[in-house]
Amino acid sequence: MTRARTPVVDGWFTGDGDDFRLLGTRCAACASVFFPREDGHCRNPGCPGGDLEEVPLSPRGRIWSYTDSRYRPPSPYVTNPELPWEPYALIAVELAAERIVVLGQAVPGITVADLTVGMEVEVVPGVLHEDAETAWTTWHWRPTGGGA
Amino acid sequence: MTGEVAVLGAGMHPWGKWGRSFVEYGVAAARAALADAGIDWRDVGSVVGADTVRGGYPGHVAGATFAKALGWQGARVTSVYAACASGAQAVNTARAQILSGLADVVLVVGADAAPKGFFRPAGGDRPDDPDWLRFRVLGATNPTYFGLYARRRMAVHGDTPEDFAQVKVKNAASGALNPNARYRKRVTAEEVAASAVVADPLRLLDICATSDGGAALVLSSMEFARRHGVAEPVRIRAVSTVTPRYPSTVLDLPDIATDSAVAVEPAAETFRASIALAAYEEAGIGPEDLSLAEVYDLSTALELQWYEDLGLCGEGDGAKLLREGATAPGGRIPVNTSGGLASFGEAVPAQAIAQVCELTWQLRERAGDRQVAGARVGITANQGLFGHGSAVIAVR
Repeated sequence: MTRARTPVVDGWFTGDGDDFRLLGTRCAACASVFFPREDGHCRNPGCPGGDLEEVPLSPRGRIWSYTDSRYRPPSPYVTNPELPWEPYALIAVELAAERIVVLGQAVPGITVADLTVGMEVEVVPGVLHEDAETAWTTWHWRPTGGGA
Repeated sequence: MTGEVAVLGAGMHPWGKWGRSFVEYGVAAARAALADAGIDWRDVGSVVGADTVRGGYPGHVAGATFAKALGWQGARVTSVYAACASGAQAVNTARAQILSGLADVVLVVGADAAPKGFFRPAGGDRPDDPDWLRFRVLGATNPTYFGLYARRRMAVHGDTPEDFAQVKVKNAASGALNPNARYRKRVTAEEVAASAVVADPLRLLDICATSDGGAALVLSSMEFARRHGVAEPVRIRAVSTVTPRYPSTVLDLPDIATDSAVAVEPAAETFRASIALAAYEEAGIGPEDLSLAEVYDLSTALELQWYEDLGLCGEGDGAKLLREGATAPGGRIPVNTSGGLASFGEAVPAQAIAQVCELTWQLRERAGDRQVAGARVGITANQGLFGHGSAVIAVR
């Protein structure tokens, strides 16, 4: 059976494969970028407020910092309590063009031992968890091999 | 400068994992503070409760709950929620009431009975709540944010896990001297290094626990304190409750991303540094005037960050300041003489009030074996989830 692929949050990312991108919004008046997307009003206090337009974020950035989750996180994070807990790495990535730091999980198999601050990573599609009908999709950060 | 208010009384229920209702801890702390002040509860004109969201909503953990348990006597009531900064906002609310003449004597109470394990958001699907989203989408517990900050410090400033462990060693030694602390045993660097990694690079003994506890203060106008026969009370000279300024460029709980700095240049100092600056400005003092500081050491590495944010040393010099012994008892500027969160564990709405209790006892020179000789000026600092700044400066 093929599970339906459903984003864990609507409107935060789009595309497949090499075209996968995080989606933010950008203020038409002051060019401030927001992720997670801001669809109400521009949050720059010095901006008169402009239309907020959907904009893909840069696919690559550099590691600002990283850590991991050695213990099973509580709900609403979804895990199978019958399986042993497998730690995953969390990476905070600085996107140069947007001057923003975005947190995300590392692709499976990457551990903190593989990471350094300053290393280049790229955003790729990933699966957060699966249930009977649905594969809940998310974004992952993956080292490009570009080095620090 | 703002006017001062007097700290007439301070009281706590010891921190621990007692398994009883938070009301009991709050009432015990309130009675202790009232007894310390020599004030009859019926003469209190206003009660301010620090809230938390235990049980999914803040209604129960609030000022009126404590007023009822102490015996309804008609006092004005206020309940404030600001996550970890709830206590400081309660102090500030009491101060504002006193300075504006709304009340002469105000009781401030915070207490909590913390659940076991990681803090987690209340139940239900709330995809518009950043705190719910970071758990749902990333499984990002509080310790993972502490791990990110710690790793960043290691990369940028050259801090080491051994530096972080020494913060725990220092605070555990002070906590061993504090009858209100939950953990009253000294800890060695070897014990920190042998504890399990929770969120790389931080280990279990680098991260504060969650605890039960209660803390209370009786505050009054300076005029009331004089009439009450207290000629030279400890005084609260500043309370900083500032918010960040756009764009906030440090990844903070519970956010998944920082603000973008592409359109607006960030302020010269970070949010945490701005919390302390606002307090210094209001008090008309600087970091060089401090006798001691109580900072929110949610993790060992975060204590080093606070040294820099309070201006106790330059950026990146936190570990050096620690290694020199400046922040240890007997040092130039002892930090967390109470034992800090390392020795208490966090009882969210009580914690910022407990910090002020420690300042009060130190400034009265009643801190026993923890006493900082000749303490005259102290600061507390903390940061509540969602952008709640908190710092209190007390003087004698």
